[in-house]
Amino acid sequence: MTTIKNNQCIPLASIPVLEYEQFLDHNTTLLRENHNHCVNYYGFPYQGKIKLICCIANDKEGTIYVSSSSFPSSDEDKPGQRSFTKYNLSFETFEREIHENFGINYVDHPWLKPLRFPHDRADKNNTITNYPFFKIESEELHEVGVGPIHAGIIEPGHFRFICNGEQILHLEIQHGFQHRGIENLFLEKKKIVQRSTLAENITGDTVAGHTTAFVNVWEGLCGYKAEEDLQFSRTIALELERVAVHTGDLSGMCTDVAYQLGNSVFGRLRTPVINYFQTWCGNRLSKSLIRPGKNNFPFTNDLGEKLKNLFDKFEPDFDEMCEELFTLPTTLGRFEKTGIVTNEQAVSIGTVGMIAKTCGMERDIRKTHPHDLYPSFDHNPVVKRHGDVYSRAQIRRDEIKQSISYIRKMIQNIPSENKNRTPLSQPEVNSFCISLVEGWRGEICHCAITDEKGELMHYKIKDPSLHNWLALALAVRNNEISDFPICNKSFDLSYSGHDL
Amino acid sequence: MIDNVKILFHQGKQFIPDVTKATPPGIFRGRPIIHAGKINEQALIDLCPTDAISSSPIKIDLGKCTFCGECAVAFPDKIKFTTDYKIASNERERLVIKEGDDVPVTLNPDLIRKEITNYFSGSLKLRQVSAGGDNSCELELNACSNVNFDMGRFGIDFVASPRHADGIVITGPISENMAEPLQICYDAIPDPKIIILAGIDAISGGIFIGSPALNRSFLSKYKIDLYVPGNPIHPLTFINGVLDLIRKRN
Repeated sequence: MTTIKNNQCIPLASIPVLEYEQFLDHNTTLLRENHNHCVNYYGFPYQGKIKLICCIANDKEGTIYVSSSSFPSSDEDKPGQRSFTKYNLSFETFEREIHENFGINYVDHPWLKPLRFPHDRADKNNTITNYPFFKIESEELHEVGVGPIHAGIIEPGHFRFICNGEQILHLEIQHGFQHRGIENLFLEKKKIVQRSTLAENITGDTVAGHTTAFVNVWEGLCGYKAEEDLQFSRTIALELERVAVHTGDLSGMCTDVAYQLGNSVFGRLRTPVINYFQTWCGNRLSKSLIRPGKNNFPFTNDLGEKLKNLFDKFEPDFDEMCEELFTLPTTLGRFEKTGIVTNEQAVSIGTVGMIAKTCGMERDIRKTHPHDLYPSFDHNPVVKRHGDVYSRAQIRRDEIKQSISYIRKMIQNIPSENKNRTPLSQPEVNSFCISLVEGWRGEICHCAITDEKGELMHYKIKDPSLHNWLALALAVRNNEISDFPICNKSFDLSYSGHDL
Repeated sequence: MIDNVKILFHQGKQFIPDVTKATPPGIFRGRPIIHAGKINEQALIDLCPTDAISSSPIKIDLGKCTFCGECAVAFPDKIKFTTDYKIASNERERLVIKEGDDVPVTLNPDLIRKEITNYFSGSLKLRQVSAGGDNSCELELNACSNVNFDMGRFGIDFVASPRHADGIVITGPISENMAEPLQICYDAIPDPKIIILAGIDAISGGIFIGSPALNRSFLSKYKIDLYVPGNPIHPLTFINGVLDLIRKRN
């Protein structure tokens, strides 16, 4: 068994190659332990076969088990394989992806629903426009289709509800509209600046999160140890992004329960935070800030002073607004006991990030597999237990306060810029590297593999949304359909991060 | 009640009084200036992630530029980004900044259709379609209507249905899977209608140029009324561009 740490680079050949049955048994057995969860499981064409790589994180030890196996390419594989999903539901999306990309059939997967209709899928006859949605035949039920284009300014995705009167019995979510073929572009665009730009454009609301995952994986492959000032900038950017997006989400949640004051105040409180990114790096969403092996926009003492002043003004207004929002009967009436995800559901489908943490799970990469400056934080994740909209509002309030306290502490001791950085070397040949980053939504995972020349051979991206969309579909069951917008906003999952 | 009044009072004035004259905070990278002077042109061109820079003379195409500033960091004497955020135009060629240019990017009045000025100058309702957009331009388009930028004061709003709209704002490089929904949405908007491309992904494909997962054929079918560069667009760029498009000209 190969066990590695977050951001560690290992030779591809050191990953054990198991027979599929043994591979299945090994990984599903690992997941019987509650402190283990699957951070990535994917396949790619390799030497005429489909190579499978499975990464299981041990949240107690801070390690990652990596193992591999292979399938013969699809046509020889008529009867189908046994699925991991039968033993653990959290493999559900991963196996749907393997099925969709390579035509691998499973004999006992519950629902091989298309994941994102990628341009290089195995079956081109299946298109996003002819997808047959799940149906229930009954005279008493009706269907409501929403999307792909939604009423506001948000990304596209299709929601198909089956309702009994106003009550939602079932929600099916169909993704893929945002698919841009980004994983393949990582291989085709060879310049580092192009790849950094791609990472920034995976999803524009998690620029710091995804770009940090990319630079960590790239520096891991190059054997580069980022200096403290680089790690400092990345950590500040991650926490600032969390503050900005959470504040914007509280604004959006107020909108969806028709609470105008909260919408305006949280909306305007987000502005100075994203404007701060512009002051620092010239872009309100922190694009262009994070680059492997360098930093074009060093964090100065002056920037630290500005950030302190920003939070000195931000916090009193934020606290005042929160106090009102979280005691107001009209908003509480809409938030409490709406869109509940139970702990049992959250565990079984392998939710991550905020959704896991609002269901009593302490799943946070900053604590379990800390990267950048997090090892020095002694981070205690904010955990809520009710799994409803109210919990998802509370966790945002509390995480904003926590992030601000981290940032305040960090800027008391700003490392000076290293002006004599060692340049990045070429990536190691025939290697594998994995990077886990806790973005504001949750766990981001990037995996890279290089070939015998040190060129990228495969790049795999996993956004936390991949796991959490199913939680939304489960949360809205038995809720009124009019509560769907507030449920959806409280999850605030990514379409582009899912569709890639 | 008293609490609400207190909260309102504590916010102070948040709106930008004049969005046509506002100064963006910090190091905003807007319209670049390319100075004369010899440099290694190939090195400069190679720096760009989206092939926005071309040579003889050196030009930067704002329809492709991600405004990452790599070129200005490496060649600070050659390229400077000004804070001029008024970089939208209705003519694609006007987004190309040549060596020595230091004039504002403007709209070509001859290309503005009469009905735009006649029908939309007092009120413009827009439908937004994200077609592979990464949610950054979408966030900034939402910000256009927040209490700071308050685009609604000019009668410009985003609406929930194409039937209520006077035009479409497209973000993203237009994925194959969004090509048909985009067409359906456009067809559902009553005439006369306008098309605005927001962000470099929509204008040129941005970093996604050449991806087989895109289908940009929609764009070759229609005349584009406004290109708004940025990655993402800045709300001030968008609002000023649209105001310039719909204002009454003598």
